[in-house]
Amino acid sequence: MSASADFEPTIIGFLCRWCSYTGADLAGTSRVKYPPNMIPLKVMCSGRVDPSLVLKALADGADGVLILGCHPGDCHYHEGNHKTMRRVPMLKSVLQQYGIDPARVRLEWVSASEGDRFAEVVHDFTEEIRALGPQKRVESVA
Amino acid sequence: MDTSKGNGHGASSDGEIRVGVYVCHCGTNIAATVDVAEVVRFAEGLPNVAVAKDYQFMCSEPGQELIQQDITEHKLNRVVVAACSPLMHEPTFRRACAEAGLNPFLFQMANIREQCSWVTTDKPRATEKAKHIVRAAVSRVALHAELQVREVPVNERVLIIGGGIAGIEAALQIADAGKPVILVEREPSIGGRMATFDKTFPTLDCAACILTPKMVSAGQHRNIDIRSYAEVASVSGHVGQFQVSIRRNRRYVDDKKCNGCGLCYQECPAIVSPKSRKVSIEGQPYFVGSYAEGGEARKVTIRQGDRERRKPIKDTPTGDCIFCGKCATACSEVVGAHAIVLRRDESAEAGKQRSLEFNGNCIGCGACVRECPTGALTVTDAQDRQVLHHEMMLGPNKAIRVPTLQAVPNVPFIDEETCIHFRNGGCGHCAEVCPQEAISYDMEEAIEEVEVGSILVATGFDTIDLAPMVQYGWGRYDNVISGLEFEILCHASGSTGGKILKADGTPPKSVAILHCIGSRDEHYHEHCSRVCCMYSLKFAHLVREKVECDVYEFYIDIRAGGKGYEEFYKRLMREDVTFIRGKAAEVTNWPMSPEEEGKLVVKAEDTLLGQIRRAPVDMVILSPALQAREGAQTLAQTLGIGCGGEGFFLERHPKLAPVQTAADGVYVAGACQSPKDIPDSVAQGAAAAANILSLIDKGMFSIEPVVAVIDETLCGGCRTCINMCPYSALSADEERNVAVCESALCKGCGTCVATCPAGAIQQQGYTDAQIRAELEGALGRLAASSAE
Repeated sequence: MSASADFEPTIIGFLCRWCSYTGADLAGTSRVKYPPNMIPLKVMCSGRVDPSLVLKALADGADGVLILGCHPGDCHYHEGNHKTMRRVPMLKSVLQQYGIDPARVRLEWVSASEGDRFAEVVHDFTEEIRALGPQKRVESVA
Repeated sequence: MDTSKGNGHGASSDGEIRVGVYVCHCGTNIAATVDVAEVVRFAEGLPNVAVAKDYQFMCSEPGQELIQQDITEHKLNRVVVAACSPLMHEPTFRRACAEAGLNPFLFQMANIREQCSWVTTDKPRATEKAKHIVRAAVSRVALHAELQVREVPVNERVLIIGGGIAGIEAALQIADAGKPVILVEREPSIGGRMATFDKTFPTLDCAACILTPKMVSAGQHRNIDIRSYAEVASVSGHVGQFQVSIRRNRRYVDDKKCNGCGLCYQECPAIVSPKSRKVSIEGQPYFVGSYAEGGEARKVTIRQGDRERRKPIKDTPTGDCIFCGKCATACSEVVGAHAIVLRRDESAEAGKQRSLEFNGNCIGCGACVRECPTGALTVTDAQDRQVLHHEMMLGPNKAIRVPTLQAVPNVPFIDEETCIHFRNGGCGHCAEVCPQEAISYDMEEAIEEVEVGSILVATGFDTIDLAPMVQYGWGRYDNVISGLEFEILCHASGSTGGKILKADGTPPKSVAILHCIGSRDEHYHEHCSRVCCMYSLKFAHLVREKVECDVYEFYIDIRAGGKGYEEFYKRLMREDVTFIRGKAAEVTNWPMSPEEEGKLVVKAEDTLLGQIRRAPVDMVILSPALQAREGAQTLAQTLGIGCGGEGFFLERHPKLAPVQTAADGVYVAGACQSPKDIPDSVAQGAAAAANILSLIDKGMFSIEPVVAVIDETLCGGCRTCINMCPYSALSADEERNVAVCESALCKGCGTCVATCPAGAIQQQGYTDAQIRAELEGALGRLAASSAE
């Protein structure tokens, strides 16, 4: 559980295709730099993010999981992000019961035009996970 | 999901997965940061990879051919391209695969540019990240299945929201091509902002002269249906088949019967300016009937004249009341307010037998003013201003009116706030005189449902609210006006006939024009509003031409980038306009010297002189920032498109797709996308029209088949998913006790998939198995980790 400054966290990001994935691309075209610790996965909507996928990510070696969606009201599918908004707090309480720090899962809203904000979110989350240290590996989750 | 039927070569008929991995250099965009050769070597060692190569530009023809040859030669049945974002080139490579006989959905893109090489400076770490991303893609693609695109027919009817110059241009192009257009405009007439301008830069063309022919063409075109005084209430459906509800506001005039004769507004007794108020009582030695609700009061005053020397009517100088009583008659019989009563007292001395009595029933309609033969009754506002800069109109200033005399459609509307009938039940004159019987006070709002295949948003801009910027005095001092207000002041159809006048009705002797009010300003809007430098020069020219007084331009930079714009600037410099390089900090009416008495003083730092300057002037014109329309965000949500940071509608790509949006079938043009001048708005309108005609010409649109599919053997009939779907694509089959998905309605968000406790619903292209494989590849958990 060392919070050593040498520790490079592994972070999984679930990015929704319409807002946050596009925002991440914008950060790229704008050449904004952020830590390379996050590996992005594209989903059509943050509502697709099943909590069991988040658990698998943590079980398989992720030290932190970022879920990024559209701002409430702007979801391309109207309410997908509202469902995510309800699921994540429930997921966090389950994590606590597993003995996993709920701060290792973060839900943020990033719009398609917020390249700078995307980079900031990734940077801040990376540093927070770095401070928390590596995640204890759980051998099997269904 | 039958994977045994192949499209051609390499379909997984023998069960063996053979992946081709292609890593793009993208010139130096990727290769300068990511060690491409190392990624290729790494990919070669991954499970199922049959071939791994790199190339300079995968999206080029040779790049695509490389993939196609390998599909045949190496019997590939899966392809991964590690390059730019899938949002950029996924369609390109899918097409390449399809042309080589491989189902296009057996392809996965790995984004190692926008989300890797461009955002990392540390080369070894960028290369490691690229490897993880490639391994994730290779792991995922093995579980891809053949999918078929859904093709939907495209309805050829087009909806255009906004009847300004961009919308009109697009409507004409599309209609000339023979396709039907429905043009929805919120105001009672099309024409937009351009209809309020007097001249346009840099040619100084009369705006109406170049706009009205287009407006008339649009109004008369057999393929264009104009719905004015209407708004889009809701939109559902998808590209090719949108269902739109249009709400038509209460005009009170039937546009099918009205022939535009104009008798109604000629006869209307209610003289108004745009902001009428309700009645209140105020006692004055001269009768003051005023109406005010918070804010400014409007007075109707009567000057009673010298009663001792009352003269016969023909010699009465204009402006004296002759006690004819016409005002009283109008007030009682037409208006029904009975605010003025003519009293006759036979016992009084000669010359004083008639008197007028006033009570507090005045509703400020102005009917008495219209009837008065001598002009004794006038309408002014509470400060006795004659020219109300903030409330000028371009058409007849009556309660029933057309916005301008060139309105298209040429059908009036009734302004309920100022109409006597709606205020106190009286009058009703217009309905009586209308020869077509087109006026009905009972008209209701109407909802019209239409089906269209594509939508163009061309709703234009608003200007920033100047009232909170107290340092400039708009709304506090007389004669401080905004750019749009100055356009109307100069307009030939305005109440001054195009004369530039101060609020007291006299011409100014000096005018200051202040650039960048709210633009290029971190407190308001960071962006440059693009058109203000040019219209400020145009204003300077108009002032010099019409009034010949001193003109001062307070600027930061002069932005004159368009065709003929720099030459126009040079011309203005020769017209004796004084340019002061320094954004104005303040406009004040506190004089600090005798020559500042009674003037507005503009204070600015003259950065070229290095001094603070105070310029006393008679009139100040502010160039306000252009911003997104109020309600733009709501419209964006209705249409499923986004807004950028500044509130303007978000284009798909600022350079390569400026008129498309993230939503297929929805396009954007004109100033609602970003501040721009008329030539650019017209160009974007035409560009959007070309896009739309191309869509209609194809006749079909391919929708990604990322729909939800239910495995009924796993579904337990719990119905948890049913209410999750925002499109009502899921329903319960009562008999079999399972959920059923109507794939034509499914838009592929995947929310139901995440909801299902049994895992019975999967999303094609985003199945749990595929995402889990992607995670394992990203995190290196599988046997793949032995490749590290």
